[in-house]
Amino acid sequence: MPLLEVRNLTVTFDTASGPFKAVSGVDLSIEPNEIMAIVGESGSGKSVGMLAVMGLLPKSATVTADRLAFEGQDMLTMSSRARRRIIGREIAMIFQEPIASLNPCFTVGFQIGEMLKTHTSLSRGERHRRSVELLELVGMPEPERRLSAFPHQLSGGMSQRVMIAMAISCNPKLLIADEPTTALDVTIQAQILDLLVALKNETGMALALITHDMGVVAETADRVIVQYAGEQVERQQVAGLFSAPHHPYTEALLRALPERAIGNRLPAIPGVVPGQGDRPTGCVFNPRCPYSTEMCREVVPPHQPIELGRALCHYPRNTEKAAA
Amino acid sequence: MLRFLATRVGLLIPTFIGVSLVAFGFIRLLPGDPILIFAGEHGITPERYHQVAMQYGFDRPIWTQYFHYLGNLLHGDFGQSIVTRRPVLREFITLFPATLELSVCAIVFAVIIGVPAGVLAAVKRGSVVDQGLMGTALVGYSMPVFWWALLLVIFFSGILHWTPVSGRMDLLYFFKPVTGFMLIDSLLSGQKGAFTSAVSHLILPTIVLGTIPLAVIARQTRSAMLEVLGEDYVRTARAKGLSPFRVVGIHALRNALIPVITTIGLQVGMMMAGAILTETIFSWPGIGKWMVDSVFRRDYPVVQGGLILIAGIIMIVNLVVDLLYGLVNPRIRHR
Repeated sequence: MPLLEVRNLTVTFDTASGPFKAVSGVDLSIEPNEIMAIVGESGSGKSVGMLAVMGLLPKSATVTADRLAFEGQDMLTMSSRARRRIIGREIAMIFQEPIASLNPCFTVGFQIGEMLKTHTSLSRGERHRRSVELLELVGMPEPERRLSAFPHQLSGGMSQRVMIAMAISCNPKLLIADEPTTALDVTIQAQILDLLVALKNETGMALALITHDMGVVAETADRVIVQYAGEQVERQQVAGLFSAPHHPYTEALLRALPERAIGNRLPAIPGVVPGQGDRPTGCVFNPRCPYSTEMCREVVPPHQPIELGRALCHYPRNTEKAAA
Repeated sequence: MLRFLATRVGLLIPTFIGVSLVAFGFIRLLPGDPILIFAGEHGITPERYHQVAMQYGFDRPIWTQYFHYLGNLLHGDFGQSIVTRRPVLREFITLFPATLELSVCAIVFAVIIGVPAGVLAAVKRGSVVDQGLMGTALVGYSMPVFWWALLLVIFFSGILHWTPVSGRMDLLYFFKPVTGFMLIDSLLSGQKGAFTSAVSHLILPTIVLGTIPLAVIARQTRSAMLEVLGEDYVRTARAKGLSPFRVVGIHALRNALIPVITTIGLQVGMMMAGAILTETIFSWPGIGKWMVDSVFRRDYPVVQGGLILIAGIIMIVNLVVDLLYGLVNPRIRHR
């Protein structure tokens, strides 16, 4: 049984100018102890989908799905009280802006301890010991002293370490990391990623890594989902994705990686992700796709079979290298 | 922290001098002669007038009078009332507990209702509850105090006979003031029913004096909460699986209270200066009524001394608010 199973997830926001589909028809499953990367440009709906799983979207969002289940338990129909027993304890999440994600009015110790107090029956002293242990685990220097620090006294990297310590405090089975390194210095980025991978190996949890950085995907992920304009355009094992991308968008993303560039110009993808008002007819990617035809402009493409990464495309690429 | 305190206390000295100058100058800018007013319609002979003026030093140049007054102040001598002949400081000390008791009750009333109302409005943003609460707050804020007071008196005292019309205590009870606070003194006196009487006398003035601060606090809490509820750390709190009550009441409110505390401080300062209208309507023997009466009598020493004492109290309240601010906001404390 997969840890997290999502089928046909759709998130619609009520906006002043009418409903806006931020995520549409996303399928995914995450197995225990794997790293699933969710990749896409800004506005591709990759965070919104995961926030929907966590139940963290504002009231203006409507979440529908054929199935949204954690360890077989249906999360769409369960009470909010039952959901809160899963959120934080079984599924934890860390965010893009670590400094803003910690409450400025409370100490690090309070914020970690609160998590333990909510989800475990540890005593006060045990919670303290566990907090110190957690800070040690995430590589925080002087953990004992840091417990009484306030977030404004920490750097971005240290704040993210605290967030991670807090997230893993109740041994979650799934950690959702929403662009955990985007806001950090380049040197710190690698440290935090290494830490996440090490913790995943140590604790056996699964990791859902939301990122727009294909380099990060190549280094860490087991499987990859590529999202574009709220739609899931491809889903593959990481090796297959890099050697034989089936969707033209994935192909373009890979071509835009500096280390893969041929010649002295970096091939960018022309245009931008369509927003609420300018969604094209047919395939959402057709205005930016080098291979688009009349058919792409008029007919919504189907998902290709799993061997072709379920690519959302009329003309999938690299069909000769279909996964067995 | 110590340096912060020292700077703040150091700043009090120039403020104090400024206040004394203004207090001394302004009452003298008003037309009307205290000796003539005191003499009344019978008038006064020029000889007697001169004698009284010399007694109070009014014949000397104004800056000499000021420095003489300032010198006395440094010795703790606020002078004595021209009308009652009693020391200004003693009159103030006698009357201030009444004002303080009423102010504390009013601010507690305003905070206890205003903060939850603001939180509720923010959480239910845009709903009927929000609109109802904020509409009521606007009415409370805009209503003339004397009219609101009269409405309450007519309804609760006149029609329902639930509360007394004015004063601090029923005439049935008599006891010597120990602390000056009726709630405490009535308990100390041990007389049955005295405490209830003190409470019932406090209810209407508390509501009247607390209404505007309540409205201000509710609106301020709402806007601070709205801002805070969109912050990343509130999302983190939700992601931790905390109950909505903890997310809103602990994680969001603690941050939203930072600007609200400043507002509360300003409101307390204003109340301490004596609630002139409220005290007058309910015949509440506090310093607001005392100051107004003294202005009409051109009782120079009382007006000057009263103003300086009130200013001093406001300065202390502000200092306390700043210290509290540091307590609530760690980013200031650790600078």
